[in-house]
Amino acid sequence: MKHSAWNTIKELLYMYWTMFQIGICTFGGGYAMVSILERELAEKRKWISSSELLDYIAIGQITPGVIAVNMATFVGRKKKGIPGSIACTLGVITPSIIIITIIAAFLTNFQNNEYVQHALAGIRVCVGALILNAVIGFIKKTVIDLLSLVIFLCVFILAVFTRIETVWFIAGIIVISVIATLILGEKFYQPAKKKDPDSKKEAGN
Amino acid sequence: MNLLIMCLEFMKTGLFAVGGGLATIPFLYEMAVRYPWFTSQDVLTYIAIAESTPGPIGINMATYAGYTSFGWFGGILATLSLALPSFVVILIVAGMLDKFRTNRFVLGGFKMLRPASTGLIAAAGFNVILTVFFGVEKITFSMLGRIGEIFTQVNWLAMIMFAVLFAAMRYFRKIHPIFFILASAGLGILLKL
Repeated sequence: MKHSAWNTIKELLYMYWTMFQIGICTFGGGYAMVSILERELAEKRKWISSSELLDYIAIGQITPGVIAVNMATFVGRKKKGIPGSIACTLGVITPSIIIITIIAAFLTNFQNNEYVQHALAGIRVCVGALILNAVIGFIKKTVIDLLSLVIFLCVFILAVFTRIETVWFIAGIIVISVIATLILGEKFYQPAKKKDPDSKKEAGN
Repeated sequence: MNLLIMCLEFMKTGLFAVGGGLATIPFLYEMAVRYPWFTSQDVLTYIAIAESTPGPIGINMATYAGYTSFGWFGGILATLSLALPSFVVILIVAGMLDKFRTNRFVLGGFKMLRPASTGLIAAAGFNVILTVFFGVEKITFSMLGRIGEIFTQVNWLAMIMFAVLFAAMRYFRKIHPIFFILASAGLGILLKL
């Protein structure tokens, strides 16, 4: 009994540490984080699947709060229930608390420093490449038929060229999907016959 | 007592700011007006610092604002208070999802939401790349007519660096992203990007 309790603690600490690393790798908005989550949690550790990650992102857009916390709570709960979600959430916010407290206490004008500016410009290039890299993987997994292609293109074009807020995209899609489910019935909402590799993985867990 | 009010204010922010860290900014301005803890000028600093440091923007801003208000303990409490509401909401939503996983509306909803999420992430990536390459943060339909005027400056150095980084990410899949981030920070300083 004692042994298993120790194992649980070890696992929770590992989850805390994993999310701590992800917190450090996050620069800018929540999307920069997505590429890291995909690589570290879906691809490498297999705590969640890519489709689940995308589901969480969509939910994170319409639920209150910082997306990183939403993600951490979801992932932690999936892996180890409420203790897991606490470990993951604390993990993702700890680096911020440490780094910001140090900067606030000691480094005035940190953001105006010339080297910081150049380093950030470099990091922005990297964030762009990281997101593009993640997007390629997501397209392969989610744009699988004509309907998904149309949705992807419409959302992409509108999000790039208009100032519509993200929450409205998600709300709109939900309304359309409810109508489509009501009108088209089973042939709309049933998963396609050809199973994608992700759903197989889930079934295996 | 003041500390308690601050915690409640950050919980309120966490509960009502929908759509990520940047959505907390209006709430911070409201706090600046209503309480003597920090000024609206300070909020500008919080945004600049939060965007220039590792960690999610909303969390970074909360830590900084809490620190200015009540020291390091205030920073920790403000951050935890901001995170608490979304933590609780997500636990509830996740519980409901487990229950209604096979519900037809949930199945249909996620079927459409997944490619939509991909589209949103792609658009965010597009805007980052636009800023990095051309120094333009956003293009709208109305700007398409004078596209020549908008793309006057091209940052070739950033483009080459982007291509090299991207190729390296595709080729060396085992390398942790933090390595690429650190390398590009170094390159940014070396190349004076």
